[in-house]
Amino acid sequence: MTATRNHASVTSEGVAPARGESGYMAAAFTPRVLAGAFGLVAVVVLAGEAWAQLNSGAGQAGIMTTLWKWTPLILFGPKGEFGGFVLNIVVSFLAMAIGTISGLVLGLGLISKFGPVRSVAWAITQFFRNSPWLVLLFFVMLLTPFQIRILGLSIPLPAWLKATVGLALPIMANIAEIVRGAVNSIPTGQWESAESLAFSRLQTLWRIILPQCVKRMIPPWMNWYAILTMATPLISIVGVNDAMTLTQDALASEQRTDLLMPMYALLLLFFFVYCYPIARWTIRLERKYAVRI
Amino acid sequence: MTNAWTPDQPIVSIKDVHKSFGPVEVLKGVSFNVRKGEVVCIIGPSGSGKSTLLRCINALVPIEKGSITVEGQEVHDAALDKLELRKKVGMVFQSYNLFPHKTALENVMMAPIHVLKRPREEVEAQARRLIKKVRLEGKEDAYPGELSGGQQQRVAIARSLAMNPDIMLFDEVTAALDPETVKEVLVTIRELAEEGMTCMLVTHEMGFAREVGDHIYFTDRGIIVEHGPPATFFSNASDPRTRAFLSQIL
Ligand SMILES: Nc1ncnc2c1ncn2[C@@H]1O[C@H](COP(=O)(O)OP(=O)(O)OP(=O)(O)O)[C@@H](O)[C@H]1O
Ligand SMILES: [Mg+2]
Repeated sequence: MTATRNHASVTSEGVAPARGESGYMAAAFTPRVLAGAFGLVAVVVLAGEAWAQLNSGAGQAGIMTTLWKWTPLILFGPKGEFGGFVLNIVVSFLAMAIGTISGLVLGLGLISKFGPVRSVAWAITQFFRNSPWLVLLFFVMLLTPFQIRILGLSIPLPAWLKATVGLALPIMANIAEIVRGAVNSIPTGQWESAESLAFSRLQTLWRIILPQCVKRMIPPWMNWYAILTMATPLISIVGVNDAMTLTQDALASEQRTDLLMPMYALLLLFFFVYCYPIARWTIRLERKYAVRI
Repeated sequence: MTNAWTPDQPIVSIKDVHKSFGPVEVLKGVSFNVRKGEVVCIIGPSGSGKSTLLRCINALVPIEKGSITVEGQEVHDAALDKLELRKKVGMVFQSYNLFPHKTALENVMMAPIHVLKRPREEVEAQARRLIKKVRLEGKEDAYPGELSGGQQQRVAIARSLAMNPDIMLFDEVTAALDPETVKEVLVTIRELAEEGMTCMLVTHEMGFAREVGDHIYFTDRGIIVEHGPPATFFSNASDPRTRAFLSQIL
C-alpha cells in the first residue's frame, strides 16, 4: 500500500527499514516471553509428575511422554479427518473472512444516506454485537439444515461450517462498527473536495475515504481476529472436532486426573503461541498509525 | 435551458438567495451577476456567509429560496445534475483537502480519470503540465504530507484545473498560509485570471483584491452591503460598515 510507504518516513519506528513480518514474529517471542510461557507449562507438568509419583500407579507413562503422544492428534486431528488446532485456525480464518466482507457491507449500510437502510443496518449491528456468542452459535446450528438442496443436488453442511457462520455473525457486527467509526473519523474536507470534483458518493467512498480508513481499521480488525481465535473452542460444545474436543477426548481415554492440568496447559500454550504475536503486532501497528499527521 | 446560454450573458447569476442553517439565516437575499472572464472578490467579516455563498454555487449546500444559474442552468432545482454542474465549477478550499494517500500527480489525475473517464496517458500529460504551471515541477511524486502548505494549495489548484472548469471558486485559499507562501499561491491565481478564467474569490488579501479583482463585493450578516470596481470601492466606500471593516484590515 502506497500510503504505508508515505507514513513510514514520518513515524519514528518507520525510519528504519521495515522488518519483515516473519522477522517480527520472531521478535515478538523475546527470550523472556518464551521462558515465561514454557516455564508455566513446565511447572504444571512437573507438579503433575510429582503428584503422579506419589499416587503411582506402576506402569503409567510419564506426563511429558503422554502429552507428546497426544500432541499430533490435538494439533492436526484424527488421521484422515479434518480437526484439531488446524480446524480452529481454519474456522478463525473463514469466520474472519465472512465477517469482514459482510461487516464491510453492513458498515456501509450504517453510513447510508438512505434512512431505512441505515435503520435496518443499525438494528442488525446492535443485535449481533450484544448477543452472547455461544447462544448465537446454538441458534445458527439449529436454524440451518444438515444439507441444502440446490437444483436436485444435496450439499451437506458440515457442523464446523455452520459453526463458522455462527462465529462470523458477531464479527460482522463489530467490523461494521469499525468501518462506521473509521469513515466518520475522516475529515469532512475530504468529502467536500471530492464532491466538488464531481465524484459520486460511491466513488468518493471507494476511491478516497475507504483507502484512508484501511490503516485505522487494521489494528482493531486484528484485535477482533485474536478475540475470535480465542473464542473458537466454543465450537467444541456443538460437536466439532476442534482442539478442545480432542483434548477432552484424550483425557477421557487416559482416565488420569494428574493429566488434567498439563493437558489443558498444553492447549493454552498452542493458543498463546498463535495469538501472542498477533497481539504484539497489533499494538505495534496501533502505535505506528497513532502518530499520523 | 442550458442551450439558451451564450457567453455574453452572465456566467453566474445569483438572485435573492436565502439560506438558513436551522434557525440561523446566513444568506438573506443576495443578488449579483458574474460575467465570463471576470474576477470577483468577496470580502467581509467572519461569519458573514461568504463561504456559504460559494458552496451554494456548486450545490455543496442547497438553498431555500431564490435562484442561482451557472451558464444558464438553474442550481436551485431538485432535478439538478449536481455532478454535471461540478464539472464546470472548480473549488479550492482554505484547508487544501488534498487526498493524503495519493501523490501530488495522482491527486491531479484522479478526477479526470475516474469522473470524466478520460484516457490515462492524456490525463497524465495534462497533469504534468498543470504541476509545472503551478511551479511544482519535481514534486510530482511527493505525498501531501511532504509538501508545505503553499505547495499543497497549488496542487489543490492544479487538481481543480485538471477538470477544465469554466469557473473557479477560491475560499480564503491563503488564509492558512504564512506570509511568505501566500505570494506563491496568489501568483498562480493571478496568472489564471490573466488567462481569462472566471474567478470568484473570498479573500482577506486586500492588496490582491485591488490588483486582480474586476469587482469587489462586501458582505455583512448575509447581505451585500456595498460593491464596485476596486478603484472606487477602496477609496470611496460610503457605508459605515464597509469603512469600519476596511480600516481594521488595511
Ligand atoms: N454546515 C453548517 N451548519 C450550521 N451552521 C453553519 C454551517 N456552515 C456555516 N454555518 C454558519 O453560517 C454562518 C456563516 O458561515 P460562513 O462559513 O459562510 O461564513 P464566512 O463568511 O465564510 O466566515 P469566515 O470568514 O470565518 O470563513 C456562520 O455563523 C456559521 O456558523
Ligand atoms: Mg469562510
